[in-house]
Amino acid sequence: MALTREHDLHKRRQGRNIGVLVVLLAFVALVFGLTIAKMTTGDQLQGFDHTYRIEMDPGARTGEAGQ
Amino acid sequence: MTDIRADIADQSGPGDAGFGDYVQLLKPRVMSLVVFTALVGLVVAPVRLHPVEALAAIIFIALGAGASGALNMWWDADIDRVMRRTAKRPVPSGAVEPGEALGLGATLSVLSVVMLWLATNALAAALLAFTIFFYAVIYTMWLKRSTPQNIVIGGAAGAFPPMVGWVAATGSVSVEAVLMFLLIFMWTPPHFWALALFMNSDYEKAKVPMLTVTHGRRSTRNHILVYTLLLAPVALVAAFTSIGGPIYFAVSLVLNLLFVIGAFRLWMRREERAEADKYAAEKRFFALSLAYLFLHFAAFAVEATPWADALSAYAGWEAVTWL
Repeated sequence: MALTREHDLHKRRQGRNIGVLVVLLAFVALVFGLTIAKMTTGDQLQGFDHTYRIEMDPGARTGEAGQ
Repeated sequence: MTDIRADIADQSGPGDAGFGDYVQLLKPRVMSLVVFTALVGLVVAPVRLHPVEALAAIIFIALGAGASGALNMWWDADIDRVMRRTAKRPVPSGAVEPGEALGLGATLSVLSVVMLWLATNALAAALLAFTIFFYAVIYTMWLKRSTPQNIVIGGAAGAFPPMVGWVAATGSVSVEAVLMFLLIFMWTPPHFWALALFMNSDYEKAKVPMLTVTHGRRSTRNHILVYTLLLAPVALVAAFTSIGGPIYFAVSLVLNLLFVIGAFRLWMRREERAEADKYAAEKRFFALSLAYLFLHFAAFAVEATPWADALSAYAGWEAVTWL
């Protein structure tokens, strides 16, 4: 005989807890994936670096520096 | 040692919903339509997003739609309880408390908008925020109970997702995005009024001023025909934009022909005849309306493939430059 009495309530709560866990893990994975995606496709990120960056100068890329 | 679990076992109450009840609160069937149309909006856009960004955009647009669904269920619990079609929803059935629905809806609204902003751009997030506001406040709280045109104006909420998808990719609104919006906007009235024709008693019981309740079935049939005739050119014009092409045009032509014939049949029908066959034609028209929207958007998606481009080039099909 089981020591504790199982109730439908426990099953529902367990299901809910597992569901929330899965959703939270999926959210973390999505935010992580987004961060990586933004960093790998992020030419624009360099725009926030307030100094001259040769990579940001189209003229410099073709040999006609815009300075 | 006290068996705590046995102690609390008798305290099961309305607040002890299962995970599935919360999922139901987000209207998963509506969400699936939103996912599909928003995905098409993303796919047909001329700018390609990174796949993870695109996935995030779709998830947050769907989450925003789900949030507005939860807010709708919170506000409409009283009429949902009366209507047979909605009586088993989580709030009227007692599985989820109204406050929980409000909390979940409000939290997910904010989360989805902020996350869509971070994942894509501010305009897409603003459009999503407006969509949630439009559905939850303008439609649910105001129009639904006050005017028989509720479905017409409220249909805008369901029409925004492909536009949000397009804007998430491109960062701006264009004629293609507007046409996808108009396609769903104009399709919504005949779709819902066909449903109302054979679910009239539900709306009457709940005192929702659907056109069938306020103006009768004859007037509803007239309205269905007029809106279907107005919808056809909107659907066909999209064939001559950058998201259309010969495949879309062929699909749209057939579907609009069937839809107009269907609407014309409903318009011709007498009430006694409809009652006699238990609204068989109305139910068929409703089923056709679902296929109509799905196939139009599927055709848009097909037109975005390289094979469709090759076919367009072979056929000498050129999109008209609108702006």
